Amino acid sequence: MSDWHKLCRIEEIPVQGSRIVEREGNNIAVFRAHDDALFAITDICPHKGGPLSAGIMHGHKVTCPLHAWNIDLTSGEACSPDAGCAKTYATRVDAGVVWLQVGE
Amino acid sequence: MRKQRLVVVGNGMAGIRAVEELLKIAPDLYDITVFGAEPHFNYNRILLSPVLAGEMTLADIVLNDANWYQQNHITLHAGKRVVKLDRVARQVIADDGTFADYDRLLLATGSLPFMLPVPGKDLEGVIAYRDIADTEAMIATAKNHKHAVVIGAGLLGLEAANGLALRGMDVTVVHLLDWIMERQLDRAGAEMLQASLETKGLKFLLGKQTEMLIAADSGRVGGVRFKDGSEVAADLVVMAAGIRPNATLAHAAGLYCGTRAGGGVVVSDTMQTYDPRIYAVGECAAHRGTVYGLVAPLFEQAKVCATHLAEFGIGRYQGSVTSTKLKVTGVDVFSAGNFGTGDGLEDIILHDKNGGVYKRLVIEKNKLIGAVLYGDTADGSWYFQLLKDQTDVSAIRDSLMFGDAFTNNQIGDVGHAGNNKAAAMADSAEVCGCNGVCKGTIVKAIREQGLFTLDDVKKQTKASSSCGSCTGLVEQLLASTLGGAFTPTNRSIKPICGCTEHTHGEAREQIRTAKMLSIGEVMRALDWKTPNGCATCRPALNYYLISTWPHEAEDDPQSRFINERAHANIQNDGTYSVVPRMWGGLTTPNELRAIADVAEKFAIPTVKVTGGQRIDLLGAKKADLPAIWSDLGAAGMVSGHAYGKSLRTVKTCVGSEHCRFGTQRSMDMGVKLEKMLFGMWSPHKVKLAVSGCPRNCAEAGIKDVGVIGVDSGYELYVAGNGGIKTEVAEFLCKVKNDEEVMEYSAAYLQLYREEGWYLERTVHFTQRVGLDYVKRRIVDDDVSRRELRERLLYAVQGAVDPWAERAQGVAKQEFTPLTMGAEKGARDERLAQTLSH
Ligand code: SRM
Ligand SMILES: Cc1cc2nc3c(=O)[nH]c(=O)nc-3n(C[C@H](O)[C@H](O)[C@H](O)COP(=O)(O)OP(=O)(O)OC[C@H]3O[C@@H](n4cnc5c(N)ncnc54)[C@H](O)[C@@H]3O)c2cc1C
Ligand code: SF4
Ligand code: FES
Repeated sequence: MSDWHKLCRIEEIPVQGSRIVEREGNNIAVFRAHDDALFAITDICPHKGGPLSAGIMHGHKVTCPLHAWNIDLTSGEACSPDAGCAKTYATRVDAGVVWLQVGE
Repeated sequence: MRKQRLVVVGNGMAGIRAVEELLKIAPDLYDITVFGAEPHFNYNRILLSPVLAGEMTLADIVLNDANWYQQNHITLHAGKRVVKLDRVARQVIADDGTFADYDRLLLATGSLPFMLPVPGKDLEGVIAYRDIADTEAMIATAKNHKHAVVIGAGLLGLEAANGLALRGMDVTVVHLLDWIMERQLDRAGAEMLQASLETKGLKFLLGKQTEMLIAADSGRVGGVRFKDGSEVAADLVVMAAGIRPNATLAHAAGLYCGTRAGGGVVVSDTMQTYDPRIYAVGECAAHRGTVYGLVAPLFEQAKVCATHLAEFGIGRYQGSVTSTKLKVTGVDVFSAGNFGTGDGLEDIILHDKNGGVYKRLVIEKNKLIGAVLYGDTADGSWYFQLLKDQTDVSAIRDSLMFGDAFTNNQIGDVGHAGNNKAAAMADSAEVCGCNGVCKGTIVKAIREQGLFTLDDVKKQTKASSSCGSCTGLVEQLLASTLGGAFTPTNRSIKPICGCTEHTHGEAREQIRTAKMLSIGEVMRALDWKTPNGCATCRPALNYYLISTWPHEAEDDPQSRFINERAHANIQNDGTYSVVPRMWGGLTTPNELRAIADVAEKFAIPTVKVTGGQRIDLLGAKKADLPAIWSDLGAAGMVSGHAYGKSLRTVKTCVGSEHCRFGTQRSMDMGVKLEKMLFGMWSPHKVKLAVSGCPRNCAEAGIKDVGVIGVDSGYELYVAGNGGIKTEVAEFLCKVKNDEEVMEYSAAYLQLYREEGWYLERTVHFTQRVGLDYVKRRIVDDDVSRRELRERLLYAVQGAVDPWAERAQGVAKQEFTPLTMGAEKGARDERLAQTLSH
């Protein structure tokens, strides 16, 4: 069962930046791209667990702050030649409000 | 929509490299078809020599196997020679009738060996040395024949001769000129090389012109006769007398082929031929009148060509400087650049005949323009780098001949930059300490994955991708594994990153001359390939903007590394460290009390005295940072910028304030410097130190700016570094008083801020531009020095404490997590609809 949760207004997330959603277990990073595309991904890098939310975002990717793996936010996959995957979550914007879908 | 069709003629090194580069940047643009006359997959031609010598097998040298063609949906016609190019119908036709239509065509047909036009050249047993078939023929002949003659003593001829000798043949090398490898070596070097090849059993006949090849009774070749009437027996004749661009196809199709350089297909700087749909790369192409016969330049061509095929419209090939290395195991020869003699050329020569070492360096106008090394080639890549970078060598001229290790490590060095060690290292020895990569892994990756550049190795093995101190070692491994196929990257013309063709210098020039104030503007003006750069170029551009146009350019927090965005240093577990400034290393009971209180209040797990004379609170939670800063600020403390490419610390000793030897008030001087520079952003971090006397307890000799008090004033040192590779600072000048210390230090740091490249420490900046230049700008030229200082003071004017701002709520979102709405499960109409799909 998955539920949609209301997060914030889209302006509250910086362009090319992120906010984190604190959760039991793992935090979720919500990114807003240059073109206002939104992505939600677990805030744990598949390499050694770095906080992806703190990385530099470019295009629809983020570079992990710890050892600079690039993670494709659309799929959560690490970009070649690195291999690994971070869980992604669905997001939606409605009337300027950001919603996040979290599976139980 | 139908994809465009790209047809490649030539399944060799340059053509397939271009396809690989294209797939990297535009994987889905074309349907690709490749024709190759040889019945093989693309293989590494330069490794035919180790195969002939029995050091490798044919299976070892395949670069792209069946899988690669399949995975990339490339149609390969191996064993089919294209015999007709129809430019009107835009079609190529192979010898068996197979044809392919193209929207774009890439010619990469390589070259043809030059066969001496002498009687007997068509006899059985007369071959060239070009491909797998030739190599197999030589190996087979060596099994049941005795005498081999190789005509031509260039790189190829000598490698063929060596291989045949190792396979048990009696080999004579015939050469028209008086010394061997005359295009790469001078006479002295060549004679030493010849002597050592003679000890390996090769025989040489120099100054001999071949008149004809004589048939034996069996009908195959039996000997070679020269113009002077002498003869030599030969069951096998290998012609290695040069190559000609293979442009037959292009020529027949009416494509313009030059008359110079043997008639290659003429291409522009974009690798386009006179027919805009047709490109050419490799040994078949003539670029600015030159045909290159080594892979390194061909790979550069391939890269440029790929960007045009990908329709990026950027990148120009502007010719290459090449270097060569003879691949004969146990014989080391390296040559690069120009080594003739002439006006204005100076020679430095080391000639140790008995020791078997010969080295010659040719210098013109303080720059190295040529190098010939025989016997000891360990420094080949270093010299080649100096040559390509056009480094001013006047400062290191005295030690240049003794190589990199000597020149750069004269003063004892704990750094592990690695000089000349690569070849001697064991396979299990660790090369990259950051990522734990050992030599064997790197060499294996270079061989098996067909890597050619430092970037390839970084990507595939991670070696040298972190602190970079092993770059030299990795380059040596590339050089020793690849031989002449390796070209070190030319740092001065290297693009900032994969997002652009532009260098650091060009980007900064654009920002300055066109007065650009935002990253977006720069990227548009310079045709960035990616929509908004990457984690490498954005921080660099951001720095160039704010340092060039302080108070005007937009400082983009999203283009700063997390540390500079969060104003604290991220730790491996995602917590942060907090280092308040202690001006000149001085503190007070009040400050210490505040630090103690903060540590308790926020449950800081570790409190540590840093190497920079201040206190580090490690393990703070990100969300606590603003509150921590607020408490520290209440006690008068500000950010120590221990996280930034900015002013770090100014270390001081106790100085004449307390010390019995002190000659100057070093604490006071240090505090004044630190206050002057507060808020300064720089290409990399900046550290200063002030000692009160030459005993130098503040270690001013390894700082970006070091100040040492003497009785009559101060001595200034610059460009020291105590990090990855210890570098002792250079003496800049002596000054009289505190005001001068501030003026000169500010001027030097501003020069670095204006002309240093992002992530270049002062030592590397100063080595690049030369200490002489720095002295001209700072010491000799009073006006320049004062202007520099003024610009620095203007840049830091009104600098605010980033911690105080954030304690008051600036950039709040950075430190405040979102919470999932109470309206859990709430959805409006439209959401419900999308969900039901
Ligand atoms: C805290 C401190 C160690 C300590 O406990 O003493 C330290 C800690 C770090 N140093 Fe350092 N360095 C510290 C003094 C030094 C010194 C000594 C000094 O400053 O006198 C050096 C050698 C001097 C020099 O820089 O020339 C030093 C040379 C480096 C280097 C190598 C720089 C180089 O160009 O060679 C790096 C890597 C880099 O910056 O790229 C580095 C990088 C780092 C980083 C920031 C690594 C990182 O990017 O995360 C470390 C942060 C640890 C953490 O998790 O918070 N640290 N580091 C010192 C802080 C001093 C301060 O008060 O600001
Ligand atoms: C033994 C040997 C050792 C070498 N050692 C070194 C070295 O140490 N360092 C170095 O830098 N360089 C070395 N070279 C040179 C290097 O191999 C060449 O510069 C490089 O291979 C040229 O690449 P290319 O793609 O232009 O040509 P090639 O690699 O020759 O590829 C051209 C391909 O096109 C095919 N072809 C030609 N015409 C047609 C047609 N009409 N239809 C279909 N296919 C066609 C050919 O069969 C060939 O396979 C060496 C060369 C040899 C032979
Ligand atoms: S360098 Fe040594 S002697 Fe000089 S002031 Fe410092 S402590 Fe005193
Ligand atoms: S933890 Fe993300 S790259 Fe290492």
